[in-house]
Amino acid sequence: MSVTPQQSPRLAQQDHWRAMRRETPFHPRLSALDFRHDWYVWAGCKAPLSLWDEELEYFAIRSQAGLFDISPMIKYRIEGPDAEACCERVFVRNVARLRPGRVHYTAWCDDEGHVLDDGTLFRLAETRFRLCCQERHLPWLLDSAIGFDVTVVDETEAVAGLALQGPTACAILKDAGFAGIERLKPFDLAEFPHEGGAVTVSRTGFTGDLGYELFVEAADALSLWDRLWEAGARRGIRAIGYTALNRARIEAGFIVANADFIAAEHAIRADRVRMPDEIGLGWLVDEAKPHFNGRRAILDARRRGTLKHILVGLEIEGNVPAEHALVYHARKTEVGLVSAAIWSPMAKRNIAIATLSRPYGDTRNDDLWVEIYAMREGQYMKLMKRATVVPRPFVKLDRRTATPPADC
Amino acid sequence: MKRWDAIIIGAGHNGLVNACYLQRAGLDVLVLEKNDWVGGAAVSRSLTPGFIYSNCSYVCSLFRPEIMRDLDLPRHGLQVIAYEGGAVLTRDGDALANYRDHDAHRREFARFSARDAEAYDRYSRDVTRQCRFIQPLLMRTAPDPTSLKPRDLGELLYLGKKFAGLGAAEMAQTARFWTMSISDYLDEYFETDVIKAYFALSGIIGTALGPMSPGTAYILLHHYMGEVDGSVGAWGYARGGMGAVTQALASSFQASGGTIRTDAEVDRVLVRAGKAEGVVLSGGEEVRAGMVVSNADVKRTFLTLVEERELPEPFLRRVRNFKIRGSSGKVNIALDSMPDFPALPKDSPCLRGDLHFTDSVERMERGYDDWKAGRWSADPFLDVVIPTTLDPTMTSPGKHFMSCFVQYCPPKVEGRDWTDADRDAFGETVISQIADYSPGFRERIVHMEVRTPRELEAEVGLTEGNIFQGELTFDQLLFNRPVPGYAQYRSPIGGLYMCGSSTHPGGGVMGAPGRNAAAEILRDLKRGTPHMSPAHDVI
Repeated sequence: MSVTPQQSPRLAQQDHWRAMRRETPFHPRLSALDFRHDWYVWAGCKAPLSLWDEELEYFAIRSQAGLFDISPMIKYRIEGPDAEACCERVFVRNVARLRPGRVHYTAWCDDEGHVLDDGTLFRLAETRFRLCCQERHLPWLLDSAIGFDVTVVDETEAVAGLALQGPTACAILKDAGFAGIERLKPFDLAEFPHEGGAVTVSRTGFTGDLGYELFVEAADALSLWDRLWEAGARRGIRAIGYTALNRARIEAGFIVANADFIAAEHAIRADRVRMPDEIGLGWLVDEAKPHFNGRRAILDARRRGTLKHILVGLEIEGNVPAEHALVYHARKTEVGLVSAAIWSPMAKRNIAIATLSRPYGDTRNDDLWVEIYAMREGQYMKLMKRATVVPRPFVKLDRRTATPPADC
Repeated sequence: MKRWDAIIIGAGHNGLVNACYLQRAGLDVLVLEKNDWVGGAAVSRSLTPGFIYSNCSYVCSLFRPEIMRDLDLPRHGLQVIAYEGGAVLTRDGDALANYRDHDAHRREFARFSARDAEAYDRYSRDVTRQCRFIQPLLMRTAPDPTSLKPRDLGELLYLGKKFAGLGAAEMAQTARFWTMSISDYLDEYFETDVIKAYFALSGIIGTALGPMSPGTAYILLHHYMGEVDGSVGAWGYARGGMGAVTQALASSFQASGGTIRTDAEVDRVLVRAGKAEGVVLSGGEEVRAGMVVSNADVKRTFLTLVEERELPEPFLRRVRNFKIRGSSGKVNIALDSMPDFPALPKDSPCLRGDLHFTDSVERMERGYDDWKAGRWSADPFLDVVIPTTLDPTMTSPGKHFMSCFVQYCPPKVEGRDWTDADRDAFGETVISQIADYSPGFRERIVHMEVRTPRELEAEVGLTEGNIFQGELTFDQLLFNRPVPGYAQYRSPIGGLYMCGSSTHPGGGVMGAPGRNAAAEILRDLKRGTPHMSPAHDVI
C-alpha cells in the first residue's frame, strides 16, 4: 500500500501532546493572578484549585463577587427544527416548558434509567439549545439525534465561560455596561453586546448565591474578563479556584457527577449506577411528558419500589467535616457513605451529602450516625457523631432570587 | 542412577516458573532444554556482532506480578522498562498515536473523529467489565464440569455466581462478547477505520483468524488483562531483551538448588504401566524421575514424546484436532541508525512504543484472505517495536534493534514446505512495507533474521510456529484447554503433567500456566503451597 502524504488540518493538530493540559482562553489572566501554582485538571484543562487563598476566595463568593473560569465545562449545541423534540427524547425534564431565553437544570439516563449525567440546558432560541455538563456525551447525543432534523456540535473549546457569583455580581455587571441585567430573573438568559459580538448571560450558578454565567466566543474571552475586572475593582471582585467554589456548592446542596454519584458510562461495577430518584433528582422526571430514554425503567422501579439508594443532606453534630465517612444506623449497621462534607461557614453547621441504602434516609431517619476518622498529628481521632437528615440547600439566600437584586 | 523428583521438559518461561515452584516446595527438579541456551520463546540472542535480539516474544505485558514476587525476579535481574503506547501510521502520511494520558489520548482520537474520541470511555468501561470477569480465572485451575469433586463443584459455582452476578443485560453482552468478531464489536463503538484497526490488532495477534472471524473479540481481552488489577507498568520492555525474563527465572531456580541441563533434547517420555517414570534423551540416555512435566505444546507432548498406544483414543483425537495453526512470523533487524518516520515528529514518544502500518480492518481481513489461500499476506500487519530507544544494553549508542511481528504467515506455503527462497521473499514483503513509511530504511539495515513458522517450530519447538501453543478461541479456553477432561494440567498418563501455554489460561509471557500446574502437582503430592502468594484481588 503506497503512502501519499497529504496536508490536512488533522495533521496540523498532531503536536497537541506537547501541551497535555489545555489552557483555557482566560489562562493569561488567571496565571497573572495565580501565586500558588495550585492547579488541577478539569476535563483536560489546567484549572486553579486556588490562586491566592481559598478562605478569601470563598468569602468573595458570599460577601463580594467571585470570578470563576467555567470554560472547561463540556458544552454541546443542539440545533435544528427538531431540537425540542430531540431534547425531549433525551432529557427527563419537560423541554416544551422551557421557553426560549430560559435555562433549566436537568438530567438524562440510559435505557435502564441510570443517570448518565446532570447539567443545565439553555434554550438560546426556539430551535437552538446549549447543554452544559461535567462529562462527555457526544456519541450518546448523536445516537439520540438519529431520526431528528437536528445537529449536535461540541462547542467546549469554541465557547469560553465565566461564572460571576456573589452579592455584588449584578452591580458589577451593571457597572460594566450590561444594561438591564437587573431585570434577569433566576434561570433567565439574555444576550448583551460585547466587542462587536455578543455575550450570553444567564442568571445561573453553582453557589446558591446571586450570580451569573457568561458565555462568549473564545476570541472575545480576554476582553470580557477585563471588562468585568475593571468594573469589579470597587466591588471586591476576586478570581477564585475550585476549592472555594466547592464549599459554596455543598452549602447549596448541588451534586457533582463522578463524585456524589457515578455516571452510568463510567460505572465499571454494575451496582454503582443510579436512577434519578436515587440521587435526589426524582423531581426532574416528568412522567407525563413524551417518551424519553429510561422512562419505562424509572416508572417500573417506582411502581415496584425497587429503588435501592437515596441521596440526602445530613447535618452532623460537632464541627469536624465528615468527608467520605461511613453512615451507620444505631451506631452499628452500615447504611451509607458521605460523598461531600464541610463545615459550613454560612450556616455555621457541619453539613454533608450522603448516599444511603433505603429505607434509611427515606422512611427510617432516626438514630443515624457517622463515623469520622480525623487525622490529627499522626493519629486518627475516631468520632461517632449523630446525623440528622435535613433538606437541601443547607444555605438558602433570599438574594439568590430577589429581582432586581440589591444595589441595582 | 539418580532419580529426580521431577523432570521439566523445556526451559521456556512456563517450564522455569513451574520448576521454581516445585523446587521451592522441596522437590529435586531437573529442567531439560534441547537448545544450548534457556528461554524457549522468551530469549535474547546475539546473532550478529554488537546486537542483541528479542527474537521471539518482544514485550512484557502479561507476566503475573505474583510470580515476579514469589520468585524474587527483580533480585535476579529482571527490570521492565515501561513504554508509551505507540502509533498506527496511515496512508495519508499521518499517524494515530496512543498516549497513556487520558486527555492526550482523547484529543488524539478527536483529530480523527470527535465522536470516537468520546466513545472511548464507554468502550473502555465495557472491555474492563469483561476483563474483570475473566481475570480472576487466570490464576485458578479451571473447574472440570464433568467432575463431582467438591473442589470442581465449588469452582463451577464460583464461575456460575460470577456469571449470574452480571445482570441480564450484561450477561447477554458477555455472551455476545465471547462469540463476536472484533470487527463487529468495534463497529458498536467506533466509526473511524484507523481507530478500529488500532483496537482490532489485539483481537488477531497470534491467531489464525481474521478480524471479521467470530470469536476474535474475546482474544482482545487476553491482551488487555495485564492492566485490570492495577499492576503498575503493565506494558514494557525487559531490559536486555526478553531473555532477561527467563534468565531471571533460571537464576532464581538455580539459587533455590535446581538443576538445568541444556543441549539435552528429550526423545520420548518413559512410560511404564500407564505411569511416567522419566525420559529418554535423543542420545539414548535415560533420566529417571518421579514425574515428568512438559512445557512443550500439547501436540508435541502427546504426538511426538509419548507412544500413541499409551493414550486413550478420544484424547488422542482431540489432541490431533487441537487448533494450533501457525499464523505469524518474525523479522528481527539490526539498524545502524534510528529509522525516520516522516509521519511522526522525531521526538515523538510513540517511536518508543509499538508502530503499526495497517490503517483499516479491511486491510487486515485481506491479509487473512492470503493466509487462507496458503500464502503469506502481501500486505501484512506488522507490530514493530524498537526497544533500543529505551534500553541501552542491546546495542551500542545510535544503533538500534527493531523487532517486527508479522501476520499472517502460513505454516506451509500453498501446501508445500517453506524454502529459503520463500523465507527471503517473506522478509522482503516486510521490509518493503516498512520502507513505504520510512524512507531510506533499507540502507540502515546491518543484519536481519527472518523467521517463518518453519524456523519457529524447528528452533523453539512451537508446533506450526503458533506463539500461543494453541489458539485462544473460546472453544479452546478454560475447561476446554487443551482437551476437555484434561484441563487441570494432568494427562491420561500418571505422573505426566502439562505446564505450557497449551493449558489454561493460555499464551503470552504470563507464567500462569506454569504456576497453576505447580499448584496441581503439589496438591497431588499432598504438599502445601505456602511459597505461592495468593492471586491478586480484583475488587
